[in-house]
Amino acid sequence: MLKIDNLHASIEGKEILRGINLTVNPGEVHAIMGPNGSGKSTLASVLAGREDYEITAGAVAFQGADLLALSPEERAREGIFLAFQYPVEIPGVTTTNFLKTAVNQIREHKGLNPMDAVEFLKTMKEKMKLVEIDQSLLSRSLNEGFSGGEKKRNEIFQMAMLEPTLAILDETDSGLDIDALKVVAHGVNTLKRKDNATIVVTHYQRLLDYIVPDYVHVLYQGRIVKSGDKSLALDLEAKGYDWIKEELAAV
Amino acid sequence: MHNLSENVASAFRTFEQAMNGESASKFHEVRKSAFEHLETNGFPVLKAEEYKFTPLAKTLEKGFGENLITTDQEVSQDFIDQHIPADLDAYNVIFINGQLKQLPAVTESGLTITSLWDAYQNDPETILKQFGQLAKPENDAFLAWNTAFAKQGLYVKVDKHVTVTKPIMIYHFVGALKQNVMHNRNLMVVEASAQVSINESVKTEGDAPSFSNLASEIYVGQNARVEFTKVQNDVNTAFQFGQTSVYQTRDSHFKSNTITLNGAMIRNNVNITLDDENCEAHMYGIYLLKGKSHVDNHTVVDHRKPNSYSNELYKGIVDDKAKGVFNGKIFVRKEAQKTNAFQSNNNILLSDTATVNTKPQLEIWADDVKCSHGCTVGQMDEEAIFYLRARGIDEQSAKAMLLYAFSRDVLENISVTSLRSHLDQLVSDRLHTND
Repeated sequence: MLKIDNLHASIEGKEILRGINLTVNPGEVHAIMGPNGSGKSTLASVLAGREDYEITAGAVAFQGADLLALSPEERAREGIFLAFQYPVEIPGVTTTNFLKTAVNQIREHKGLNPMDAVEFLKTMKEKMKLVEIDQSLLSRSLNEGFSGGEKKRNEIFQMAMLEPTLAILDETDSGLDIDALKVVAHGVNTLKRKDNATIVVTHYQRLLDYIVPDYVHVLYQGRIVKSGDKSLALDLEAKGYDWIKEELAAV
Repeated sequence: MHNLSENVASAFRTFEQAMNGESASKFHEVRKSAFEHLETNGFPVLKAEEYKFTPLAKTLEKGFGENLITTDQEVSQDFIDQHIPADLDAYNVIFINGQLKQLPAVTESGLTITSLWDAYQNDPETILKQFGQLAKPENDAFLAWNTAFAKQGLYVKVDKHVTVTKPIMIYHFVGALKQNVMHNRNLMVVEASAQVSINESVKTEGDAPSFSNLASEIYVGQNARVEFTKVQNDVNTAFQFGQTSVYQTRDSHFKSNTITLNGAMIRNNVNITLDDENCEAHMYGIYLLKGKSHVDNHTVVDHRKPNSYSNELYKGIVDDKAKGVFNGKIFVRKEAQKTNAFQSNNNILLSDTATVNTKPQLEIWADDVKCSHGCTVGQMDEEAIFYLRARGIDEQSAKAMLLYAFSRDVLENISVTSLRSHLDQLVSDRLHTND
């Protein structure tokens, strides 16, 4: 589904990603872990199409197509979803309002008829249950005055509405209390299908107790330096990142 | 080259000559005194503080030359029909080139809508006590110009306890196949506990330079509620000066909405005097400017007595080489303790060549008040645009969505639902075709 090949990216002349290689197949959950500043969020942003980053080398294929040639909206319409680390507050735009536009632009891209108001509301109600989010929250200005947990639940709610092929969760767990974390994880797990995949970018192993990854990758200084199964996450939790740095230094 | 004052003087002589006996009236004395004031003091020079960013006199001088007389140019019926929304149930008043052409049939009692001149002839004494008392010629040269040519304005009176059931829509149409100048003067008297919404707009047919000079004096009686909305969505060659002078008495509520979507150079003065306790004044404005449009909003709120409230919110979206100017003055007199006065002006610049000059001015003599002001000038929030695009929304729609949201908290204050949705449509159409 996703094939990242020797991806290099920099911002303002500073190289952040220095040769990422990663393959994600349908039905898989990949966790990307790593110390602060290792490039985790950059990778998520580059995949979603944030224009601040310059791609200096490498390629990304998504379902066989050149992902890097697409605009952010085209990527979203092709099925990429980024749950933001810091969801933006947008005064005057409600979740309901903008999601309707988003859903219909994506449907149009897929050659489907727009959803009418009734159908849209029905779908919304279904998905709201999934992340235990309240209608009143969705009628308010997007993320304005939302708590951290509400913002993250709103991200997963949007993911549920847009039904992406590849979801990238950028530190969705950071700062969440355990109840909010469970709700978010439950949402993600319920949305899991054989034909979609998830990349979970996280700093903490805790989330991975609830969203069980098939693969865990350690990102350090812009490269994936170690990959393994979920036990790698437990090792990292127990021992921190220093042993990986030492291993690398020894090589 | 003749200067503007001389050209206005020559127009005034022509105007006087055409009068038939009227020049001996007391009404004309008000005009003459305004004219004399203008002759003595002239128009604001380039460095004049109040017109520092808006060289209206110079621009009119250049653009209009010697002939500043109103000419009765034709405006097509199609054009008129096209600009009067059929689905808006209202008392429609139509002026063409400043001449009153149509008054609505008023069926409810306690509401008078007539021409200012007729009102004067019916009751000269009362009208002279009100006309020119709020909008004083000495306050602004363009207002003096307006007063000197005042004749065919509108007079609206709402009697005590009367709630007018429909909005009053004042439509001005100007024919400008050749250049044209139009003056209009309104007097609105809303008595105690009465309620009315009045709206005014100018539409010009033809693309020769046109100048509309409008002034309204509004008396808001005790416990009365008045809303006055101006919609400025005219051709690129339409210049406008507008003065709104408001006098509020105890427990009254006044709201001014100024919606500017297009024009050449526009100056709006809104002056509100809160001369008793428990008054509430709201001023809302939105300007969406492109091309070379230049819009200057000058507001003055004068808190003279204790316990009153004023709130002001102006928002601008300025593109291309357009220019927005905002100047908001708040006076809180020594006696006006416990005043609450708030002001804010927020701007988004969409191009490198767009400019905004914004200036709050607070003069507070009382010592127990709550006043705040703030102004911002910025670009669109790139992070918000990316967020919406990352959800599958194309860039243009994302921008339109954000700009619409930005202007919404001004538009949502318009109380007349039908008018609000009409303006809502105008604004969202404009934002979608912006690129």
